[in-house]
Amino acid sequence: MRITQGCFSFLPDLTDEQITAQVEYCLGNDWAIGVEYTYDPHPRNTYWEMWGNPMFDLRDAKGVMMELDECRTAHGGAYIRLNAFDSTRGFETVRMSFIVNRPKVEPTFHIQRTDFESRSQKYAWDARY
Amino acid sequence: MDAVTEAPKTVDLAAEYESSGVAEVLRELDRDLIGLAPVKQRIRQTAALLLVDRARRDMGLAQETPTLHMSFTGNPGTGKTTVALMMAGLLHRLGYVRKGHLVTVTRDDLVGQYIGHTAPKTKEVLKKAMGGVLFIDEAYYLYKPDNERDYGQEAIEILLQVMENNRDDLVVIMAGYADRMDRFFAANPGFRSRIAHHIEFPDYTDAELLKIAEAMLDGQNYGLDPAGRKAMAEYIALRRTQPHFANARSVRNALDRARLRQANRLFETATGPLDARALSTITDPDIRASRVFSGGLDVDRPASREDQP
Repeated sequence: MRITQGCFSFLPDLTDEQITAQVEYCLGNDWAIGVEYTYDPHPRNTYWEMWGNPMFDLRDAKGVMMELDECRTAHGGAYIRLNAFDSTRGFETVRMSFIVNRPKVEPTFHIQRTDFESRSQKYAWDARY
Repeated sequence: MDAVTEAPKTVDLAAEYESSGVAEVLRELDRDLIGLAPVKQRIRQTAALLLVDRARRDMGLAQETPTLHMSFTGNPGTGKTTVALMMAGLLHRLGYVRKGHLVTVTRDDLVGQYIGHTAPKTKEVLKKAMGGVLFIDEAYYLYKPDNERDYGQEAIEILLQVMENNRDDLVVIMAGYADRMDRFFAANPGFRSRIAHHIEFPDYTDAELLKIAEAMLDGQNYGLDPAGRKAMAEYIALRRTQPHFANARSVRNALDRARLRQANRLFETATGPLDARALSTITDPDIRASRVFSGGLDVDRPASREDQP
Protein backbone atom coordinates (compact mmCIF):
# COMPACT_ATOMS: atom_id res chain seq x y z
CA MET A 1 0.00 0.00 0.00
CA ARG A 2 1.38 3.37 -0.97
CA ILE A 3 2.37 5.40 2.08
CA THR A 4 0.98 8.93 1.92
CA GLN A 5 2.86 11.15 4.34
CA GLY A 6 4.09 14.68 3.81
CA CYS A 7 3.88 16.77 0.66
CA PHE A 8 3.45 15.34 -2.84
CA SER A 9 2.73 11.85 -1.57
CA PHE A 10 -0.41 11.47 -3.73
CA LEU A 11 1.66 12.32 -6.82
CA PRO A 12 3.90 9.92 -8.69
CA ASP A 13 7.37 9.65 -7.16
CA LEU A 14 9.46 12.76 -7.71
CA THR A 15 12.36 12.47 -10.10
CA ASP A 16 15.77 13.73 -9.05
CA GLU A 17 15.30 16.93 -11.08
CA GLN A 18 12.01 17.55 -9.32
CA ILE A 19 13.58 16.91 -5.92
CA THR A 20 16.39 19.30 -6.83
CA ALA A 21 13.86 21.96 -7.76
CA GLN A 22 12.00 21.52 -4.47
CA VAL A 23 15.25 21.71 -2.52
CA GLU A 24 16.18 24.89 -4.40
CA TYR A 25 12.84 26.33 -3.32
CA CYS A 26 13.56 25.43 0.32
CA LEU A 27 17.08 26.87 0.19
CA GLY A 28 15.66 30.00 -1.41
CA ASN A 29 13.56 30.42 1.73
CA ASP A 30 16.59 29.91 3.97
CA TRP A 31 15.30 26.62 5.30
CA ALA A 32 17.73 23.98 6.50
CA ILE A 33 17.36 20.54 4.93
CA GLY A 34 17.61 17.33 6.88
CA VAL A 35 17.67 13.82 5.45
CA GLU A 36 15.86 11.12 7.45
CA TYR A 37 15.13 7.45 6.82
CA THR A 38 13.11 4.68 8.41
CA TYR A 39 12.15 1.07 7.89
CA ASP A 40 8.99 1.52 9.91
CA PRO A 41 6.51 3.76 8.09
CA HIS A 42 3.78 3.45 10.72
CA PRO A 43 2.00 6.82 11.00
CA ARG A 44 2.69 6.90 14.72
CA ASN A 45 6.44 6.63 14.08
CA THR A 46 7.04 10.37 13.88
CA TYR A 47 10.75 10.44 14.56
CA TRP A 48 12.77 8.87 11.79
CA GLU A 49 16.48 8.11 11.87
CA MET A 50 18.59 11.14 10.97
CA TRP A 51 21.08 10.77 8.12
CA GLY A 52 23.76 13.13 9.35
CA ASN A 53 23.00 16.54 10.74
CA PRO A 54 20.51 18.94 9.18
CA MET A 55 22.33 21.03 6.61
CA PHE A 56 22.39 24.68 7.48
CA ASP A 57 24.03 27.33 5.28
CA LEU A 58 24.00 25.41 2.02
CA ARG A 59 23.70 27.46 -1.15
CA ASP A 60 23.01 24.84 -3.76
CA ALA A 61 20.76 21.77 -3.89
CA LYS A 62 23.67 19.63 -5.04
CA GLY A 63 24.92 19.35 -1.46
CA VAL A 64 21.60 17.83 -0.39
CA MET A 65 21.48 15.55 -3.41
CA MET A 66 24.93 14.21 -2.54
CA GLU A 67 23.76 13.29 0.95
CA LEU A 68 20.57 11.81 -0.45
CA ASP A 69 22.54 9.65 -2.88
CA GLU A 70 24.71 8.39 -0.05
CA CYS A 71 21.67 7.65 2.07
CA ARG A 72 20.09 5.77 -0.86
CA THR A 73 23.20 3.66 -1.32
CA ALA A 74 23.24 2.76 2.35
CA HIS A 75 19.48 2.41 2.86
CA GLY A 76 18.01 1.77 -0.57
CA GLY A 77 15.19 -0.30 0.88
CA ALA A 78 14.09 2.33 3.38
CA TYR A 79 11.74 5.25 3.29
CA ILE A 80 13.75 8.45 2.99
CA ARG A 81 12.31 11.91 3.45
CA LEU A 82 13.63 15.45 3.32
CA ASN A 83 12.62 17.86 6.04
CA ALA A 84 12.93 21.59 5.53
CA PHE A 85 13.37 23.39 8.83
CA ASP A 86 12.55 27.07 9.12
CA SER A 87 14.53 28.74 11.88
CA THR A 88 12.68 32.07 11.62
CA ARG A 89 11.52 33.24 15.02
CA GLY A 90 7.89 32.34 15.43
CA PHE A 91 8.10 29.32 13.15
CA GLU A 92 11.12 27.36 14.38
CA THR A 93 9.65 24.23 12.92
CA VAL A 94 9.57 21.96 9.90
CA ARG A 95 7.82 23.82 7.07
CA MET A 96 7.98 21.17 4.44
CA SER A 97 8.55 17.44 4.41
CA PHE A 98 8.37 14.99 1.55
CA ILE A 99 9.26 11.38 0.82
CA VAL A 100 12.01 10.91 -1.75
CA ASN A 101 12.64 7.17 -1.60
CA ARG A 102 10.41 4.15 -1.06
CA PRO A 103 11.12 0.43 -0.86
CA LYS A 104 10.17 -1.66 -3.89
CA VAL A 105 7.46 -3.46 -1.96
CA GLU A 106 5.58 -1.28 0.47
CA PRO A 107 3.88 -2.81 3.49
CA THR A 108 0.15 -3.10 3.92
CA PHE A 109 -1.52 -1.95 7.08
CA HIS A 110 -3.51 -4.42 9.01
CA ILE A 111 -6.18 -3.51 11.51
CA GLN A 112 -6.44 -5.72 14.56
CA ARG A 113 -9.59 -5.77 16.64
CA THR A 114 -9.44 -7.15 20.15
CA ASP A 115 -12.12 -7.68 22.71
CA PHE A 116 -11.78 -5.67 25.83
CA GLU A 117 -13.58 -5.68 29.12
CA SER A 118 -17.37 -5.60 29.09
CA ARG A 119 -17.83 -6.22 25.38
CA SER A 120 -15.93 -3.06 24.33
CA GLN A 121 -13.42 -3.37 21.51
CA LYS A 122 -9.98 -1.94 20.79
CA TYR A 123 -8.34 -1.39 17.44
CA ALA A 124 -4.68 -1.27 16.54
CA TRP A 125 -2.73 -0.86 13.28
CA ASP A 126 0.39 -2.66 12.26
CA ALA A 127 2.44 -2.70 9.09
CA ARG A 128 2.75 -6.09 7.41
CA TYR A 129 5.04 -7.06 4.59
CA MET B 1 5.72 18.69 -25.31
CA ASP B 2 9.02 20.50 -25.02
CA ALA B 3 9.77 23.00 -27.76
CA VAL B 4 12.88 21.91 -29.59
CA THR B 5 15.27 24.84 -29.62
CA GLU B 6 17.15 25.21 -32.84
CA ALA B 7 20.92 25.46 -32.42
CA PRO B 8 22.02 28.98 -33.42
CA LYS B 9 23.93 29.25 -36.69
CA THR B 10 26.00 32.31 -35.85
CA VAL B 11 27.11 34.03 -32.69
CA ASP B 12 27.83 37.69 -32.04
CA LEU B 13 30.65 37.53 -29.52
CA ALA B 14 30.69 41.26 -28.84
CA ALA B 15 26.99 41.28 -28.02
CA GLU B 16 27.38 38.12 -25.98
CA TYR B 17 30.29 39.73 -24.13
CA GLU B 18 28.12 42.66 -23.07
CA SER B 19 24.87 40.81 -22.41
CA SER B 20 26.38 38.05 -20.29
CA GLY B 21 27.72 40.65 -17.84
CA VAL B 22 31.30 39.54 -18.40
CA ALA B 23 32.21 42.98 -19.70
CA GLU B 24 30.96 44.49 -16.47
CA VAL B 25 33.03 42.16 -14.30
CA LEU B 26 36.16 42.82 -16.34
CA ARG B 27 35.61 46.57 -16.17
CA GLU B 28 35.17 46.28 -12.43
CA LEU B 29 38.40 44.30 -12.32
CA ASP B 30 40.24 47.04 -14.20
CA ARG B 31 38.80 49.77 -12.05
CA ASP B 32 39.11 48.21 -8.61
CA LEU B 33 42.43 46.47 -8.92
CA ILE B 34 45.56 48.54 -9.16
CA GLY B 35 48.51 46.99 -10.98
CA LEU B 36 48.43 43.19 -11.47
CA ALA B 37 48.65 43.55 -15.26
CA PRO B 38 49.59 39.89 -15.93
CA VAL B 39 46.71 38.68 -13.76
CA LYS B 40 44.21 40.87 -15.58
CA GLN B 41 45.60 39.62 -18.87
CA ARG B 42 45.16 36.00 -17.82
CA ILE B 43 41.63 36.60 -16.57
CA ARG B 44 40.68 38.32 -19.80
CA GLN B 45 42.05 35.35 -21.74
CA THR B 46 40.19 32.91 -19.53
CA ALA B 47 36.97 34.88 -19.95
CA ALA B 48 37.41 34.90 -23.73
CA LEU B 49 38.02 31.16 -23.73
CA LEU B 50 34.94 30.49 -21.65
CA LEU B 51 32.79 32.78 -23.76
CA VAL B 52 33.86 31.05 -26.97
CA ASP B 53 33.44 27.69 -25.32
CA ARG B 54 29.91 28.56 -24.31
CA ALA B 55 29.09 29.69 -27.85
CA ARG B 56 30.49 26.40 -29.15
CA ARG B 57 28.34 24.49 -26.72
CA ASP B 58 25.25 26.41 -27.84
CA MET B 59 26.01 25.37 -31.40
CA GLY B 60 26.55 21.79 -30.39
CA LEU B 61 30.26 21.74 -31.16
CA ALA B 62 31.43 20.83 -27.68
CA GLN B 63 29.87 18.77 -24.92
CA GLU B 64 32.43 18.61 -22.17
CA THR B 65 32.58 21.11 -19.35
CA PRO B 66 36.06 22.60 -19.49
CA THR B 67 38.25 22.15 -16.44
CA LEU B 68 38.05 25.40 -14.51
CA HIS B 69 40.02 24.63 -11.39
CA MET B 70 42.75 27.20 -10.87
CA SER B 71 45.77 27.90 -8.79
CA PHE B 72 46.74 31.39 -7.71
CA THR B 73 50.34 31.78 -6.66
CA GLY B 74 51.94 34.88 -5.24
CA ASN B 75 53.26 36.55 -2.14
CA PRO B 76 50.92 37.54 0.68
CA GLY B 77 48.77 40.59 0.15
CA THR B 78 48.87 40.52 -3.63
CA GLY B 79 45.10 40.30 -4.02
CA LYS B 80 44.52 36.57 -4.48
CA THR B 81 41.34 36.46 -2.41
CA THR B 82 39.95 39.60 -4.04
CA VAL B 83 40.54 38.19 -7.50
CA ALA B 84 39.00 34.86 -6.44
CA LEU B 85 35.84 36.71 -5.44
CA MET B 86 35.70 38.39 -8.84
CA MET B 87 36.41 35.09 -10.53
CA ALA B 88 33.39 33.59 -8.77
CA GLY B 89 31.27 36.44 -10.14
CA LEU B 90 32.71 35.97 -13.61
CA LEU B 91 32.06 32.21 -13.69
CA HIS B 92 28.55 32.80 -12.41
CA ARG B 93 27.78 35.31 -15.20
CA LEU B 94 29.10 32.85 -17.75
CA GLY B 95 26.93 30.12 -16.30
CA TYR B 96 29.75 27.81 -15.25
CA VAL B 97 28.75 27.87 -11.61
CA ARG B 98 25.13 28.08 -10.54
CA LYS B 99 25.27 30.32 -7.48
CA GLY B 100 28.58 32.16 -7.69
CA HIS B 101 29.40 32.38 -3.99
CA LEU B 102 32.91 32.03 -2.63
CA VAL B 103 33.74 29.72 0.27
CA THR B 104 37.17 30.47 1.72
CA VAL B 105 38.82 27.69 3.71
CA THR B 106 42.24 26.78 5.05
CA ARG B 107 43.68 23.50 6.27
CA ASP B 108 41.84 23.78 9.58
CA ASP B 109 38.45 23.68 7.87
CA LEU B 110 39.24 20.57 5.87
CA VAL B 111 41.44 18.37 8.03
CA GLY B 112 40.16 16.75 11.19
CA GLN B 113 41.93 16.02 14.44
CA TYR B 114 41.43 12.31 14.79
CA ILE B 115 40.78 9.27 12.63
CA GLY B 116 37.43 9.49 10.89
CA HIS B 117 37.06 13.21 11.48
CA THR B 118 38.54 14.43 8.22
CA ALA B 119 36.14 12.95 5.68
CA PRO B 120 32.93 14.41 7.19
CA LYS B 121 34.63 17.75 7.72
CA THR B 122 35.85 17.98 4.14
CA LYS B 123 32.50 16.83 2.80
CA GLU B 124 30.72 19.44 4.89
CA VAL B 125 32.84 22.17 3.32
CA LEU B 126 32.36 20.76 -0.15
CA LYS B 127 28.59 20.67 0.31
CA LYS B 128 28.63 24.33 1.28
CA ALA B 129 30.75 25.19 -1.74
CA MET B 130 28.51 23.37 -4.23
CA GLY B 131 27.30 25.72 -6.92
CA GLY B 132 30.09 28.17 -6.17
CA VAL B 133 33.81 28.52 -5.83
CA LEU B 134 35.90 26.83 -3.14
CA PHE B 135 38.96 28.91 -2.33
CA ILE B 136 41.65 26.97 -0.47
CA ASP B 137 44.10 29.43 1.00
CA GLU B 138 47.64 28.19 1.62
CA ALA B 139 46.73 24.88 0.07
CA TYR B 140 50.23 23.41 0.51
CA TYR B 141 49.56 22.97 4.24
CA LEU B 142 47.24 20.12 3.28
CA TYR B 143 50.24 18.02 2.45
CA LYS B 144 52.85 17.41 5.11
CA PRO B 145 55.54 15.18 3.64
CA ASP B 146 57.34 14.74 6.98
CA ASN B 147 54.33 13.07 8.58
CA GLU B 148 53.10 9.95 6.83
CA ARG B 149 50.03 9.62 8.98
CA ASP B 150 48.91 13.20 8.52
CA TYR B 151 45.18 13.40 7.85
CA GLY B 152 45.76 16.00 5.13
CA GLN B 153 46.25 13.20 2.64
CA GLU B 154 42.69 12.05 3.24
CA ALA B 155 41.34 15.54 2.54
CA ILE B 156 43.42 15.67 -0.65
CA GLU B 157 41.96 12.40 -1.88
CA ILE B 158 38.38 13.56 -1.31
CA LEU B 159 39.14 16.88 -2.98
CA LEU B 160 40.65 15.21 -6.02
CA GLN B 161 37.65 12.95 -6.36
CA VAL B 162 35.18 15.83 -6.18
CA MET B 163 37.26 17.99 -8.52
CA GLU B 164 37.00 15.20 -11.07
CA ASN B 165 33.39 14.07 -10.60
CA ASN B 166 31.64 17.33 -9.77
CA ARG B 167 33.23 19.59 -12.36
CA ASP B 168 29.81 20.99 -13.20
CA ASP B 169 29.05 21.80 -9.60
CA LEU B 170 32.02 23.60 -8.19
CA VAL B 171 35.30 25.24 -9.09
CA VAL B 172 38.29 24.88 -6.79
CA ILE B 173 40.87 27.64 -6.55
CA MET B 174 44.06 26.90 -4.61
CA ALA B 175 46.24 29.73 -3.46
CA GLY B 176 49.61 30.11 -1.82
CA TYR B 177 53.23 31.18 -2.13
CA ALA B 178 54.74 30.28 -5.49
CA ASP B 179 57.65 28.11 -4.35
CA ARG B 180 55.69 26.11 -1.81
CA MET B 181 52.81 25.59 -4.22
CA ASP B 182 55.27 24.25 -6.78
CA ARG B 183 56.54 21.74 -4.25
CA PHE B 184 52.95 20.86 -3.31
CA PHE B 185 52.03 20.19 -6.93
CA ALA B 186 55.23 18.21 -7.49
CA ALA B 187 54.29 15.94 -4.57
CA ASN B 188 50.65 15.65 -5.69
CA PRO B 189 50.67 15.23 -9.46
CA GLY B 190 46.93 14.61 -9.36
CA PHE B 191 46.34 18.27 -8.63
CA ARG B 192 48.61 19.56 -11.34
CA SER B 193 46.78 17.64 -14.03
CA ARG B 194 43.37 18.66 -12.75
CA ILE B 195 44.15 22.35 -12.55
CA ALA B 196 44.03 24.02 -15.93
CA HIS B 197 44.80 27.61 -15.07
CA HIS B 198 47.87 28.63 -13.14
CA ILE B 199 47.88 32.35 -12.48
CA GLU B 200 50.88 34.14 -10.96
CA PHE B 201 50.41 37.26 -8.87
CA PRO B 202 53.42 39.60 -9.06
CA ASP B 203 54.46 41.86 -6.19
CA TYR B 204 53.23 45.43 -6.34
CA THR B 205 55.66 48.21 -7.19
CA ASP B 206 56.11 51.10 -4.74
CA ALA B 207 54.06 53.43 -6.94
CA GLU B 208 51.22 50.92 -7.08
CA LEU B 209 51.26 50.47 -3.33
CA LEU B 210 51.02 54.23 -2.85
CA LYS B 211 48.04 54.29 -5.19
CA ILE B 212 46.51 51.40 -3.23
CA ALA B 213 47.06 53.32 0.02
CA GLU B 214 45.26 56.33 -1.41
CA ALA B 215 42.41 54.20 -2.71
CA MET B 216 42.02 52.54 0.71
CA LEU B 217 41.98 55.88 2.48
CA ASP B 218 39.58 57.26 -0.07
CA GLY B 219 37.22 54.38 0.62
CA GLN B 220 37.11 55.41 4.28
CA ASN B 221 36.81 59.14 3.52
CA TYR B 222 40.34 59.88 4.61
CA GLY B 223 43.05 61.57 2.58
CA LEU B 224 46.80 62.19 2.55
CA ASP B 225 48.19 65.70 2.36
CA PRO B 226 51.32 66.25 0.19
CA ALA B 227 53.71 65.77 3.13
CA GLY B 228 51.79 62.70 4.19
CA ARG B 229 52.01 61.27 0.69
CA LYS B 230 55.76 61.77 0.64
CA ALA B 231 56.08 60.08 4.03
CA MET B 232 53.91 57.19 2.85
CA ALA B 233 56.06 56.69 -0.25
CA GLU B 234 59.19 56.55 1.91
CA TYR B 235 57.41 54.26 4.34
CA ILE B 236 56.57 51.79 1.58
CA ALA B 237 60.13 51.76 0.25
CA LEU B 238 61.52 51.15 3.73
CA ARG B 239 58.89 48.62 4.74
CA ARG B 240 59.66 46.48 1.70
CA THR B 241 63.19 45.84 2.91
CA GLN B 242 62.02 44.65 6.32
CA PRO B 243 60.77 41.18 7.22
CA HIS B 244 57.11 40.07 7.05
CA PHE B 245 56.33 42.42 4.20
CA ALA B 246 52.87 41.57 2.88
CA ASN B 247 52.24 44.03 0.05
CA ALA B 248 48.78 45.59 0.23
CA ARG B 249 48.08 44.03 3.63
CA SER B 250 51.11 45.79 5.14
CA VAL B 251 49.87 49.03 3.68
CA ARG B 252 46.44 48.52 5.17
CA ASN B 253 47.90 47.81 8.60
CA ALA B 254 50.13 50.86 8.34
CA LEU B 255 47.12 52.99 7.49
CA ASP B 256 45.15 51.60 10.41
CA ARG B 257 47.95 52.58 12.75
CA ALA B 258 48.29 55.98 11.09
CA ARG B 259 44.60 56.61 11.71
CA LEU B 260 45.14 55.70 15.32
CA ARG B 261 48.00 58.19 15.62
CA GLN B 262 46.03 60.83 13.78
CA ALA B 263 43.17 60.49 16.25
CA ASN B 264 45.62 60.70 19.10
CA ARG B 265 47.32 63.77 17.61
CA LEU B 266 44.01 65.56 17.12
CA PHE B 267 42.98 64.74 20.64
CA GLU B 268 46.17 66.07 22.18
CA THR B 269 46.81 69.12 20.04
CA ALA B 270 43.39 70.42 19.09
CA THR B 271 42.42 73.57 20.93
CA GLY B 272 39.33 74.74 19.07
CA PRO B 273 36.64 73.13 16.98
CA LEU B 274 37.85 70.86 14.12
CA ASP B 275 36.42 70.81 10.62
CA ALA B 276 35.84 67.74 8.45
CA ARG B 277 39.09 68.37 6.62
CA ALA B 278 41.17 68.19 9.77
CA LEU B 279 39.35 65.06 10.85
CA SER B 280 40.05 63.25 7.61
CA THR B 281 43.61 64.26 6.76
CA ILE B 282 46.50 61.94 7.50
CA THR B 283 49.69 63.91 7.55
CA ASP B 284 53.43 63.51 7.84
CA PRO B 285 53.86 62.93 11.64
CA ASP B 286 51.09 60.31 11.68
CA ILE B 287 53.16 58.15 9.36
CA ARG B 288 56.67 59.10 10.42
CA ALA B 289 55.97 58.02 13.99
CA SER B 290 55.97 54.45 12.74
CA ARG B 291 58.81 52.29 13.96
CA VAL B 292 59.55 51.31 10.40
CA PHE B 293 61.42 54.60 10.16
CA SER B 294 63.56 53.82 13.19
CA GLY B 295 64.71 50.58 11.65
CA GLY B 296 62.55 47.93 13.26
CA LEU B 297 59.19 46.26 12.96
CA ASP B 298 56.62 46.82 15.64
CA VAL B 299 56.06 43.14 16.13
CA ASP B 300 59.75 42.29 16.34
CA ARG B 301 60.53 44.72 19.09
CA PRO B 302 61.24 43.25 22.50
CA ALA B 303 58.62 44.26 25.04
CA SER B 304 61.12 46.18 27.15
CA ARG B 305 61.60 48.75 24.42
CA GLU B 306 57.98 49.70 24.17
CA ASP B 307 58.80 53.29 24.99
CA GLN B 308 58.70 54.86 21.58
CA PRO B 309 55.56 56.51 20.28
